[in-house]
Amino acid sequence: MTSVRVFFVGGLMSYRAMFGWLNPWILIPSLIVSPICQILLFAYIGRSAGVRDDEFYVIGNALNYAAIPCLFAMSSTIEGERQGHTLGIVLTTPARRIPLFLGRALPVIVNGWGVAVVGVVAGVLLLDAHIPGSAWPALLLVVLVTSASCTGLGLAMGAVVLRVREGATFGNVVFCVLLVFCGVNVALEDLPGWMAAVGTWLPLTHGIEAGRLLADGSTLGGVGGLVFREIGVGALYTAAGLALLGYFERDSRRRATLDRV
Amino acid sequence: MRQVLHQQAVCYWLQLRVLSTSPFEGFLAVLFPLMFATAALLVYSVNGDPVAMQYAGLGAAIMGMWTCQGVVASSLLTRERWAGTLELLVAAPTPLSRILVPITMAMSTIGLYCVVATMLWQSWVFDLRLEIESWPLFVLSVLMAAVTLAQVGFFLSVTAVRYRTSWALGAALEYPGWLLCGFLIPVDLLPVWIQPLSWAIPTTWAMDAIRSAADGGSPWGSLAVCAATGAVYAVLAAYLGKRLVDSARRNASLALT
Repeated sequence: MTSVRVFFVGGLMSYRAMFGWLNPWILIPSLIVSPICQILLFAYIGRSAGVRDDEFYVIGNALNYAAIPCLFAMSSTIEGERQGHTLGIVLTTPARRIPLFLGRALPVIVNGWGVAVVGVVAGVLLLDAHIPGSAWPALLLVVLVTSASCTGLGLAMGAVVLRVREGATFGNVVFCVLLVFCGVNVALEDLPGWMAAVGTWLPLTHGIEAGRLLADGSTLGGVGGLVFREIGVGALYTAAGLALLGYFERDSRRRATLDRV
Repeated sequence: MRQVLHQQAVCYWLQLRVLSTSPFEGFLAVLFPLMFATAALLVYSVNGDPVAMQYAGLGAAIMGMWTCQGVVASSLLTRERWAGTLELLVAAPTPLSRILVPITMAMSTIGLYCVVATMLWQSWVFDLRLEIESWPLFVLSVLMAAVTLAQVGFFLSVTAVRYRTSWALGAALEYPGWLLCGFLIPVDLLPVWIQPLSWAIPTTWAMDAIRSAADGGSPWGSLAVCAATGAVYAVLAAYLGKRLVDSARRNASLALT
């Protein structure tokens, strides 16, 4: 029961604290204006280059932006605890680590899903993109899976932030890697072979591909393989994240570096 | 006059050192636009049209200058507030604008690093060598972009003085700037109603001048308009800066606590 409370209540409180009590002055520019502008930017680049249609860029960039809250929220909760001098207190509690950290991931997944959906809807309304009504339920599910998978990577990043102090810089670097390697704006078959190979081991790649196929009329069954691969990649990063959290927590205690800013 | 120049030089040099050693404002300010430039060049390279690659390569080289200024300048005073030095700067006998201008010039200098880094990156990764007809005019146009962007940064920094989370505003300005200034997309391709906004930003004119210099045309007309629009931002910033800071002092709201 305590673990369930830690999972839900702890996660929600941590999420609200991260945004300075859900301040709209941060939320609107960061998670609504920016994703829409990124979608517009690449859709117009695509038009200018004569490569692909608007729908391609709407799906790719909306899902790519879901990675922003998923990556940053997980590392920011740990950095925020450190800056608030509460990280030591959190980690000396007897609370089990899996509900403690996965509880923090849950609102982040929902947030990432929301950001991506806002991006897709705005892209459809503002650009020449058409997604059939029948594709939406499956697309929303794929977005959820992709957000969860990115949060797995975010968890791994959060663990590294126990050691690396520049969480914001690190998060941006990882976001850039996803942008370039995951087929966000260039289909995997058009990327150099080694980049496409790296992309298949990153979250987002399979989710974006599945999303595009759904928007083109595929069924959920038709993209089942891609969805399972996305879940698999996410699970891999989540497991790595939990293992790294354990390792860096023990290491930080040994070196007394937990609160070093 | 000598004192003013000395203060400007010291402030510029100190801030340049601070920014250069900051992972977020130095390293990331170069890397982030470089990766977006890479993504854009990958899109353009799908068709492999050399003219389009030349177009995108020029814009990709310059777009980082916008990042260095827009994002960091918006949160410039917030950064001083967090460091506890904003009150000291405002209370100092040196006018605030004379402190802000060298800081935004230092940011523009980081933007120049970004131009060089992107040109080298394009050459190594995409085997894309930019064809520049007139290097002196090209360099002049890039420097004009840097100076006028510093003026835009000055404007952004003072107008965001009362915005507690101005870093979020600055981050949100990044993509609109890339979209509007004609770095990677011709302004003519944008909806007609938004084009006047593009031409109200000096960087759009600077980009136009840079393309003219590269193509062998005359950049002087665009450079003149760029300088004029930049001057408008500087005058507005000087006026607004004084009004907003006076108001913040009068209402004891400078700290925003």
